[in-house]
Amino acid sequence: MGKEMTESTGGIDFEDEDASGVIKKFMFVNRKAPYGTIYALESLEVVLISAAFDQDVSLTFMDDGVYQIVKGQHTKAIDVKNFSPTYRALEGYDIEKLYVEKESLEQRGLTEADLLVDVQVMSSAEIAKIMSEQDVVISF
Amino acid sequence: MLHIVNKSPFENRTLDSCLRVALNEPGAALLLIEDAVYAASKSGSFESAMKDALGKVKVYALWPDIEARGMQDRVIEGIKMVDYGGFVDLVAEHSNCQSWL
Repeated sequence: MGKEMTESTGGIDFEDEDASGVIKKFMFVNRKAPYGTIYALESLEVVLISAAFDQDVSLTFMDDGVYQIVKGQHTKAIDVKNFSPTYRALEGYDIEKLYVEKESLEQRGLTEADLLVDVQVMSSAEIAKIMSEQDVVISF
Repeated sequence: MLHIVNKSPFENRTLDSCLRVALNEPGAALLLIEDAVYAASKSGSFESAMKDALGKVKVYALWPDIEARGMQDRVIEGIKMVDYGGFVDLVAEHSNCQSWL
C-alpha cells in the first residue's frame, strides 16, 4: 500500500510522519497555454499550496506554458478570471525560482521583455540539468 | 466555407490539417479562436504559414481571445479582428463551416 500511495501522490508519502520538516526540491513544469484548458490555473493553485509547506519550490515554463506569463492579458471579454497577476505575487511566498526555456520563447517570437515576472531564461540543456536534480517533478 | 480552429498550433496539428484543406478553396475563410489565436503571432514559427494563408484566403482572429492572452500587439498584419458579433456574421455569411476540433 505504501508503494501505491507514493505513486498516486507523485512521490509524496503522506503516511510517513517522520517526513515532516524535511524540505524537498519540487519543480512544477508548466507546458499549457493559460485559458484554453484549466491546467495553468490548477498548477498555480498547487504551487501556492506547496508554498504553505515550506518546500524548495521552482517553476519551469516551456512549450505553450510560456504564454502563462506573457504581459498584457485582458480577460474581461472572455469572462474568465485573469490569474496572470498572481505570478507576480509568488515572490511574496518565497517562490523565486522561475525558469523559462529559451527555445520555447524563440519559437513563439517572444523575449524576456514580453514576460510579466523576473525569470531565468535557460537552454533546454540547463533545464534538463535542474530538472534532474529535483526530488519531485510535477507536470501540468 | 468558414474554417474554425481552436487549438494551439504548437501543441496540435489541427491548424496544419485545416490549412492543407482550406487553402485549396479561394473563397474560404479561416477564423482563429481560443488557443489557435497564438498562430497569429508575429515572428513566431507559424508566421510564414499564416502569411501564405493570407495570400490565398481571408484570415480572422477572435479579438476577445487575442486580448485575453496578451497578444494584441503581436498580431501579423492582414489578419482581421472580429468580436463575438463578427463571429456570428462570419458563420451567417458562409454557406457552411467546419470546426477543426
